[in-house]
Amino acid sequence: MSGSARFLRICGFARSLLVFAAFLLLFAFAFSLRTAQAQEPAEAPSPAPPGLAEIVAGMRDAGLPQLRAAVAALSASGEAEALPVLQALAAGTLNQSASGAMAVRLGPDRFVDAVTGAPLEAASLGALKALRINNALRRDIAAAIGGLTLRHEDPAVRRSAAAQIFANPDPANSPLLEAALAEEQDPRLRLLMEQARAAILLRGGSASAEEVAAAVELLAARGDRASLGLLNGALASAPEAARPALQEGIERIQRRLAYWGIGQNIWSGISLGSVLLLAAIGLAITFGVMGVINMAHGEMVMIGAYTTFVVQDLIRAHSPGLFDYSLAIAVPAAFLVTGLVGVAVERGIIRWLYGRPLETLLATWGLSLIIQQGVRSIFGATNQNVGNPSWMSGAFELGGLTITWNRLWILIFALAVFALLLMVLNKTFFGLQMRAVTQNRRMASAMGVRTPWVDALTFGLGSGVAGLAGVALSQIDNVSPNLGQGYIIDSFMVVVFGGVGNLWGALVGAMTLGIANKFLEPYWGAVLAKIAILVFIILFIQYRPRGLFALKGRAAEA
Amino acid sequence: MSKVLPEDCLLYLDGVTVSFDGFRALNSLSLVLKRDELQAIIGPNGAGKTTMMDIVTGKTRPDSGEVYFEGGIDLTRKSETEIANLGIGRKFQKPTVFESQTVWDNLELALKNPRGVFASWFYRSNPADEARIREILDLVRLGSRRNDLAADLSHGQKQWLEIGMLLAQAPRLLLVDEPVAGMTDAETIETSRLLKEIAQDHSVLVVEHDMSFVRDLDCRVTCLAEGAVLAQGSLDHVSADPLVIERYLGR
Amino acid sequence: MIAAGLYHRLGSRALWVAGILLAVAVLAPLSNLALPEGHALRLPNHMMPLLGKYLTYATLALALDLVWGYCGILSLGHAAFFALGGYAMGMHLMRQIGPYGVYANPVLPDFMVFLGWKELPWYWLGFDQFWFAALMTMVVPGLLAFLFGWLAFKSRVTGVYLSIITQAMTYALMLAFFRNDMGFGGNNGLTGFREILGRPIAAPETRAALFSASAILLALCFLLCSLIVRSKLGKLMIAVRDAESRARFLGYRADHVKLFVFTLSAMMAGLAGALHTPQVGIINPGAFDPGASIEVVIWAAVGGRGTLIGPILGAGLVSAGKSWFTASFPEIWLFLLGGLFVFVTLFMPKGILGVLASIRAGWAARRASARKQAGVDPDPEPSAADPIPAAQEAAP
Repeated sequence: MSGSARFLRICGFARSLLVFAAFLLLFAFAFSLRTAQAQEPAEAPSPAPPGLAEIVAGMRDAGLPQLRAAVAALSASGEAEALPVLQALAAGTLNQSASGAMAVRLGPDRFVDAVTGAPLEAASLGALKALRINNALRRDIAAAIGGLTLRHEDPAVRRSAAAQIFANPDPANSPLLEAALAEEQDPRLRLLMEQARAAILLRGGSASAEEVAAAVELLAARGDRASLGLLNGALASAPEAARPALQEGIERIQRRLAYWGIGQNIWSGISLGSVLLLAAIGLAITFGVMGVINMAHGEMVMIGAYTTFVVQDLIRAHSPGLFDYSLAIAVPAAFLVTGLVGVAVERGIIRWLYGRPLETLLATWGLSLIIQQGVRSIFGATNQNVGNPSWMSGAFELGGLTITWNRLWILIFALAVFALLLMVLNKTFFGLQMRAVTQNRRMASAMGVRTPWVDALTFGLGSGVAGLAGVALSQIDNVSPNLGQGYIIDSFMVVVFGGVGNLWGALVGAMTLGIANKFLEPYWGAVLAKIAILVFIILFIQYRPRGLFALKGRAAEA
Repeated sequence: MSKVLPEDCLLYLDGVTVSFDGFRALNSLSLVLKRDELQAIIGPNGAGKTTMMDIVTGKTRPDSGEVYFEGGIDLTRKSETEIANLGIGRKFQKPTVFESQTVWDNLELALKNPRGVFASWFYRSNPADEARIREILDLVRLGSRRNDLAADLSHGQKQWLEIGMLLAQAPRLLLVDEPVAGMTDAETIETSRLLKEIAQDHSVLVVEHDMSFVRDLDCRVTCLAEGAVLAQGSLDHVSADPLVIERYLGR
Repeated sequence: MIAAGLYHRLGSRALWVAGILLAVAVLAPLSNLALPEGHALRLPNHMMPLLGKYLTYATLALALDLVWGYCGILSLGHAAFFALGGYAMGMHLMRQIGPYGVYANPVLPDFMVFLGWKELPWYWLGFDQFWFAALMTMVVPGLLAFLFGWLAFKSRVTGVYLSIITQAMTYALMLAFFRNDMGFGGNNGLTGFREILGRPIAAPETRAALFSASAILLALCFLLCSLIVRSKLGKLMIAVRDAESRARFLGYRADHVKLFVFTLSAMMAGLAGALHTPQVGIINPGAFDPGASIEVVIWAAVGGRGTLIGPILGAGLVSAGKSWFTASFPEIWLFLLGGLFVFVTLFMPKGILGVLASIRAGWAARRASARKQAGVDPDPEPSAADPIPAAQEAAP
């Protein structure tokens, strides 16, 4: 083979890796865009309407009748800004100051203006006097608050008010609710209010059987745990005639909850599966494609996690504003760092041991000890603090499911890495060479493939992917020198179960094991579930010694 | 379940079919080997020669078809070990001997004796066994190398050692896969003489590509192609068959 | 007659090794107990359990090498069998504490009282009897190995797949033993032992006796292994290791061979574990850690696998090194251990004994060529027995 052709092939490798790196960057930027959206500044407070200021000013030195009139005026104003004034009045934190301002006390020596919400200097206020109210007025205020919020112009406020009433159904709110319902146009809010009305009805305990049945119908359709609690509570006090409807409603909700429970289990399983997939997919390359047992794979993951830590540390020190972009920087960094470590390991140790898998296993185990201790010596044995960027914190509800953002992003990340790898293996020249070397090393070598290079880069790729897994795991696990050890056995289980030499096997293996694990957990607890999975795999291997997606026939004998 | 076969029939394959992932390695193959017969199998690569041996020795199970040995023994229901102990010895395409042990130990392990774990543990060498090993050593021309490691033998000598190990098993049927691959001409001639000698009191099935070697064997020849028998008879008869010329020998 | 037969079957070297071990079994305790304190030849008290521990490790390494070095089964879970034996003995020792525990419950061990258990779980029954516990130290690991091996070898799970599932086995056991509900003391394991066979467990005499028992066990296991590897079964094991399919086509049940060796080895490991527990005074789930099993592999590899003396040598050297380094330079021990794995696999695949053997072969070749020069060969050129070709051979 001529020198220039060889040069072209090496360029081929480089191109493939560049494509991979470029995709990683692209992915990283997808993350960052999300970040930018999350970063929009909070809205500035708008100036209060003049009417409100006059009403509040009129409350100075007012007697109970004047206050009642003021409350009615505030309620009638329909302004959102009236709400804090009413709340402060009810709580007894509304003060008139010697300086003339009406101030709301938020804490010791912390005051804001009742109308504008602007902070006030405690010293400048002079003598303060709290406005006093009685029970009659307190009821008025409560009604005004409910009415204000239930009929607030912002649908979000109305929604939260209705949800508030649903959570604490008080018959006293009933008239307000009716009034709000009469005006409400938004069908979804109407539904929520009707549900709140049903809750009040059931809590009241004096409804007719027909009314109860209608309420049950509404709540059963809602079908969450709170509705179940309401129905169960109503069962004790409901009239005999209403019981069958209640019973049926309870069963309906329980069935629905059971379905959502299964859904939640599947989600947790998929989430665990995505973590397993990330941890195992690099192994699927080194073990599956090259036949190399890399016991230091877990340590590559750990190095990836520490790279994330270092990146975040540098960002914290030099430009804290970039923190939300830290993972976008850590992803390519971790890929490069662990990929280079992988190439070095292949050149330094593994290439001497081809054809001796058990020796490779021992040598890489030794390497894992060295890497662990090395990281321990540099960073210390304690957990390092790796932060979640804002766009990875928190959770959202989807039907009856609770989904945390970090788990969702990790799933997306895992699938993206999987798809990328599949593409690199099947669509690039590097992948072609890699497969050629796997299937017939000597023939590939004879045809001019530089097998040592392919070996080194394949191992580097597998290790780099482990580094990517480390970035993801740093978001959900403790970053310590032992991080990798927790994943190495699980990763091997995934690869062995899924079958060697096939990335799809890793995907199916990871998802199956993840979901199976999460389904067993509620019944057996986390540890027993894990033991059961291990025993299952040990038995499964007896049945299919080469895993789920194994090659069959004569080729497999070689 | 047993089947009554002609008295002189040792191995009987009928309608044997095997597929690997859609690839049909054997396609309704039928074959008969008589007692004390030497038969050669020829055929192009992928004709199913090695798969046929895998079927007979229990390494691969047929999808359909019958395989009988010694009248009524159904080989498709036996494990590799059971088949070996029935008296079917097999030489692999690539010589497979115990490389880190001496020639003598290789033969001692192969010698027909109780095969159990404890029987092996408490086995003590005895004059009769030693005499038999010497006899085989002479037969396979390895007498002078008895204390050398098998790994140190030449390629041809390893082939002979493996044939010697088959003989030590005292088999009734020897399956010999490409015994002269990689041998010098002198070794090839020596091997054909050896196999003819063995065939005097054993049945032998030889798979081979080397036509001059097959001619030396001077026996019935079966040509396989695409998993089925193409032609059968003397070498001259088979090599004159137009189908064989087209598919295997070439024009 | 029988003695002569045994001699023939064992060979003189095995008898020498066993003899030395038996002499150690007698002399070391004697020097500890009979010599006055401060005597130059006296083994100090703290050395006895330490050396006894190394002897049990050596037995474990020997057991592992029987399956790995001779039969080609790299078990990454052999410490599990050792730990099971250790737990069986620990259960006996817990019951021997009797009413002297913190809670003074005559039957229940302290941790069960603490968990609020009212009666002994069924699997603790019988462990108050020494003979029963001693039997269990072999039966439990043996049974597990038999079941595991029966499944694995019958389905022809080999090579790294087997290694990985043995690792999964010990990992699953570790998780199980960490659970309090299992009734084996959970995280803390079994400890606080007082007596063994009616003797205070920490008394110098008891320690000396345990040391002797460990040395004798090692000697007996060594003799048993010698009997096996020098018999036709030993040749068969190597045959299965090197060319399993050839062995099968010769009519041997390779799975039976492996199953026998694996089970026997597990029982030896269990016995070693049983002697380990009273000498270190504790057994906890950490003993099932996959890392512990892999360390056993490195013992055998350092000494020289596929030999019987190698693993004993390796276990002693590496464990002693570990004791010294973890006490003096704890930070660098893992570097050293890790480096040892890499170095041995890359440069010393046959271990210390392999290096010694090649040195001896070099000498022999040099002597032979020297004789040749002196007698027959008049050529004065330096011989080919130079060490350089060997070094070149090692290079790729």
